[in-house]
Amino acid sequence: MNIENLTCPLPIMDHDTIQLAHGAGGKLSSDLIDTLFLPRFSNKTLEAMEDQAVLDFQGERLSFSTDTFVVDPIFFPGGNIGELAINGTVNDVAMCGAEPLYLSVAFILEEGFPMEDLHQILISMENAANNAGVTIVTGDTKVVNKGSCDKIFINTTGIGVLNHDLNISSGNLQIGDRIIVSGTLADHGMAVMTSRKGLSFQTQVKSDTAPLNGLVKNMLNVSHGIHSMRDPTRGGAATTLNEFAKSSQVGISLIDNTIPVKPNVKGACEVLGIDPLYVANEGKLIAVVTENDAPIILETMKNHEFGKDAVIIGEVVAEHPGIVTMKTSLGANRIVDMPVGEQLPRIC
Amino acid sequence: MCLGIPGKVVEIFDENGLIMGNIDYAGTINKACLEYVSDIEVGQYTVVHAGFGISIIDEDEAMKTYETWGEFVKASAEEGLDIFGNPLKDKNIE
Amino acid sequence: MMKYLDEFRDPEIAKQILSEIHKTVTRPWVIMEICGGQTHSIIRNGIDQVLPKEIELVHGPGCPVCVTPLEIIDKAIEIAGRPNVIFTSFGDMLRVPGSNKDLFMVKSEGGDVRTVYSPLEALTIAKENPDKEIVFFAVGFETTAPGNAMAIHQAAKEGIINFSELVSHVLVPPAMEVLLSSPENRVQGYLAAGHVCTVMGLDEYDPIAKKYSVPIVATGFEPIDVLEGIFMVVKQLEENRHEVENQYLRSVQKEGNRTAQELIAEIYEVSNRKWRGIGEIPMSGLTVREKYKSFNAEEKFSVDDIQTEEPELCISGVILQGLNKPNECPAFGKECTPTTPLGATMVSSEGACSAYYKYQRID
Repeated sequence: MNIENLTCPLPIMDHDTIQLAHGAGGKLSSDLIDTLFLPRFSNKTLEAMEDQAVLDFQGERLSFSTDTFVVDPIFFPGGNIGELAINGTVNDVAMCGAEPLYLSVAFILEEGFPMEDLHQILISMENAANNAGVTIVTGDTKVVNKGSCDKIFINTTGIGVLNHDLNISSGNLQIGDRIIVSGTLADHGMAVMTSRKGLSFQTQVKSDTAPLNGLVKNMLNVSHGIHSMRDPTRGGAATTLNEFAKSSQVGISLIDNTIPVKPNVKGACEVLGIDPLYVANEGKLIAVVTENDAPIILETMKNHEFGKDAVIIGEVVAEHPGIVTMKTSLGANRIVDMPVGEQLPRIC
Repeated sequence: MCLGIPGKVVEIFDENGLIMGNIDYAGTINKACLEYVSDIEVGQYTVVHAGFGISIIDEDEAMKTYETWGEFVKASAEEGLDIFGNPLKDKNIE
Repeated sequence: MMKYLDEFRDPEIAKQILSEIHKTVTRPWVIMEICGGQTHSIIRNGIDQVLPKEIELVHGPGCPVCVTPLEIIDKAIEIAGRPNVIFTSFGDMLRVPGSNKDLFMVKSEGGDVRTVYSPLEALTIAKENPDKEIVFFAVGFETTAPGNAMAIHQAAKEGIINFSELVSHVLVPPAMEVLLSSPENRVQGYLAAGHVCTVMGLDEYDPIAKKYSVPIVATGFEPIDVLEGIFMVVKQLEENRHEVENQYLRSVQKEGNRTAQELIAEIYEVSNRKWRGIGEIPMSGLTVREKYKSFNAEEKFSVDDIQTEEPELCISGVILQGLNKPNECPAFGKECTPTTPLGATMVSSEGACSAYYKYQRID
């Protein structure tokens, strides 16, 4: 049979309107950025496509980052949207090796939102800021009509300072580098998933939301062999690693069975047929470090409360540039691709 | 086609006249309907598909599969050869 | 450690079985795994990469998301877009394209489309929203039918009148016969789907094994299961035996799950069904019985006027029949990716094309 002559059903190639998947951190998200945002706002800093901008300012190097939080449900096991909004931006600012200092906070509140809920969220934001050692120095509040937003949206923007001259960026991976993950994967995403209605869960996974600037500081104290760092949030570790491989035009080779996942998180993932590599984290980082310094960095991470389960999950290779692979326990190699959109429970 | 995951029944109860159960998957509990495995007891494992237990896992058969092949592995290891007949070397690089 | 799951992923034992397969095989064999879940396991673990070169695995039509016909998807999209409807579905169906859009796009246009884990969750939604019509997209093979049958049974028992199912149920044995009787058939042995057999038992496969002289082995889904299933098929082929055997002993009983079979027969009747990419197969599906027609969404919402013809030649059909591999398609990985699926086999994460795209683009 000559398959050249065959055609497939008509595709849905273009979307005229924004779909949820455009915000899910996967391929549609990057399409949106590449085709709509980048061409408009193009400049060298933005084109680096990092989670934070590193700016030279009067002899200082500053780290600058912003993030908006729209999680549903707003209260989930292990945290709430407020804590997430502080830790998320603290982590984004810190991933270039900066020390986060100041934060702005902006709220969009839905008319009728319970004052008590807001109060609780503010208390956890206060605590989170204290724990991370950052100060909230400016803010804004808007209230919109009922139905114009879902309960509460929070934007935070952060500024930090770099106390070194390293270039820690996604384009800086070197062949032979080791890939370290700071702890178990998929906790946050599965915390949200197991809290959702319709999925029959009777117990919930706990989110891992945590500030990572302390961990980063300790790592930099023992080594300057850190080439890249990122916190794998939306789209999970698979997305971060694919971005690393593409930015640096190197291959990444992971080893199956080294990927740390908590048993109950794994259980929840199995039930829904979801791969933990694609699930969001809010208190984990992936570091790409020199082979030489990998042991000392790993040791340092393990001595920190937010890095105690740190482990090496793979290495940077010269083969298959731009592609992430995983060596299976049978000795075969498979591709670990970017996710398409939202993770869907796979029942059938 | 049909994702079915084994879980341990930790509680059996009635809900709207249906036999339901809480199923433990390594620490995460999810609810399933046990009407199709109505003989199941707390502590047994069931294969759950889309919220329904479809079989009670036969523990003896599960052990048999596992142990039969496990014996082979042990025998090969004792001969100092891996399963492809090559001498055993550094097993860490898997 | 997940009991009865992790043991069956043990690499040492997997390699042991693999070496037995290497020892047993003497000439080329073509084996089809029917079930998409097995395809996933094979590609994810790289089983196809480590098998002896004599063994060729072809991926079968066992992915309900892939084989659900365009027409039913169009009906689902039409119903889900109506103002008083809450449309409930398993997650994977939301991304399957109909003629013009998918269920996600219906949602973005304001439709109330929700993911549920169990059809009973859809019933709960129906009880919580008595002024709305709740429709459940009842797709799947024999494994999913007991749950979907129970939802209608329970709705009837509790008098929940605002619940109905859009049914597109398909059956494995008729599809196997179509593939086997095709003049282009290359498949010499089958891994039958362990969870389908858990429900239906093994008896309906005996006549097929005899008539077409093919070994059929009911097989589980973890690497050790799949490898042992392949080993059992290869052994039969090498010994010129053509029997129905059971690898998935911990879950499959010869007679299947009788209670489940009885309720399926009470609620549904066997009928002709279209399969996406293959066409209509006589008596290959399930439809809601006349007695329960008030729970049949196709009747309730009179969407019979929606009749979508499948494009006549579609490579996903060729792939579903195991005649070609996904990466042999000229559009694979170019025009056709999981974001821009040209065919159903790319849409479903269990589809053969999607599995290839995810795990296997390097040579």
